[in-house]
Amino acid sequence: MTSLPAQPSAKRLGLVIDLDICVGCHACAVNCKEWNSGGPAAPLTDLAPYGANPDGVWFNRVHTYEVGEGPTGRTVHFPRSCLHCAEPACVTVCPTGASFKRAEDGIVLVNEDLCIGCKLCSWACPYGAREFDEDAGVMKKCTLCVDRIYNETFDPADRVPACVATCPASARHFGDLGDPDSAVSKLVAEREGFDLMAEMGYAPTNKYLPPRPHKHGAGCTGAPAQLAPAVAAKADGLLGWLDRLLSHE
Amino acid sequence: MHPSLSVIFFTTASGAGYGLLALLGVFAPLGVVSRDPLFGFAALALALAAITAGLLSSMFHLGQKQRAWRAFSQWRTSWLSREGVASVVTYIPAGLFGLAWVFLGTVSPAAGVLAALGAVVTVFCTAMIYRSLKPVPRWHNRWVVPNYLALALMSGALWLAFVLQIFGARPAINGLAIAAVVLAAVLKLAYWRFIDAAPATSTAESATGLGAIGKVRLFEAPHTSENYLLKEMGFQIARKHATRLRRIALGLGFALPCLLSFVPLLSTGGPALAATFVAAALGTFGIFVERWLFFAEAQHAVTLYYGRDAV
Repeated sequence: MTSLPAQPSAKRLGLVIDLDICVGCHACAVNCKEWNSGGPAAPLTDLAPYGANPDGVWFNRVHTYEVGEGPTGRTVHFPRSCLHCAEPACVTVCPTGASFKRAEDGIVLVNEDLCIGCKLCSWACPYGAREFDEDAGVMKKCTLCVDRIYNETFDPADRVPACVATCPASARHFGDLGDPDSAVSKLVAEREGFDLMAEMGYAPTNKYLPPRPHKHGAGCTGAPAQLAPAVAAKADGLLGWLDRLLSHE
Repeated sequence: MHPSLSVIFFTTASGAGYGLLALLGVFAPLGVVSRDPLFGFAALALALAAITAGLLSSMFHLGQKQRAWRAFSQWRTSWLSREGVASVVTYIPAGLFGLAWVFLGTVSPAAGVLAALGAVVTVFCTAMIYRSLKPVPRWHNRWVVPNYLALALMSGALWLAFVLQIFGARPAINGLAIAAVVLAAVLKLAYWRFIDAAPATSTAESATGLGAIGKVRLFEAPHTSENYLLKEMGFQIARKHATRLRRIALGLGFALPCLLSFVPLLSTGGPALAATFVAAALGTFGIFVERWLFFAEAQHAVTLYYGRDAV
């Protein structure tokens, strides 16, 4: 049913992505591809993977932007994936009921057995979260690794989406954004996390944390402006005499 | 947005068919057009053939065509589903209207009005599919629905004038065709004016949330070649081509059909028949070009992540 759940779920599972920390290594995208090539959305078809113009389905894409100019300008790595919106138009436009938002945790999924591949959901998503699998003829998207996060055969520490599990910089966090006391909610509150394209009215669940302001000048970091030599240079003999002679003012 | 030929053909052909069906459903009971069963057969066959060809064409762009029937289920939320339901439901009064007219010689006002209503609702649903998409500001505006309805009316009126001409001159209908073309042209110009002047809804800064730091420029794309998003949503048309195509649509699709529709008012027979046919064909061609532009000029918000400044 493509109607949204009558009662918005109290639990809103999602990601918090720290743009201050992301180093743009693409490990999240690669591990996502790897994990989901064997999950419910598998295969994530590749077209011409060894050709001149390889193409394929990915649920995670890492963009890199130059932002601003001069001393405040910077490079920002920007991972982009499904935001599991509270008001997902991709779900309500679906004519078949293949797209749905789970009442229990807010995850947005596609039932590939019902999908007719009309692509309208991808038109309705401003974030580019949905990618059509030409080979399978159906739409595919991030599942928030629904087959990992509830997987009781995993250690509790591993019950997180593949992108979060693999991030070497800990730039990605997973949790319940519907619970104001969860670690992710606190992180969002503390770092002033924001919504992407809030003006669209989709109320994304995933939040992004802004890059921290640059610190200019050594004083800001608490480091001394000049480093004192660890061992004072001391010379005697001819070199010592020269040293004293040249140091004489 | 990528202009998919199957969808453009669908909206053009079924738009003309529904326009013609709606006019027949209203005018035949009123006696404004001929009640001759042979005319009824020719006109309704043309309308239903155009509608059916369009609907079948719309299925060609589906990834899983054999499941198309599932699209009738989600009419509560989906305009695409509503369009599907409306298009199929419209066949019922249209079929009864046609059968009664052609085989019994009875023009049923009830069936005619219901068929006309179904036609209007179907075109309205088609327009709402585009109108409801917030990520495409050039579709998400108040000009889209009036445009779709007026263009369907225009092509329906042009084809009706042609079929009527085969069965004998009906100058009153040519007046309608002229009025419909003028109305459609005015609304199309208003749409173009609107999309050219409309302020941006979203920017690369709002898409990334990084505007507080400064201007956002794409430094490195996530992939080296085009992916689905860029092929489907990142279609770009050069401004000079868009301007030229608008002129072609206006000249061949609106101005010429409008002028040609005056011919049956001044003469009869061969010249009038030829003029109404050329007017209908050119009008349909013009709508095809206009519909191609409707897609090609529509920019999707996802392109903000790939280097576009604003949509």
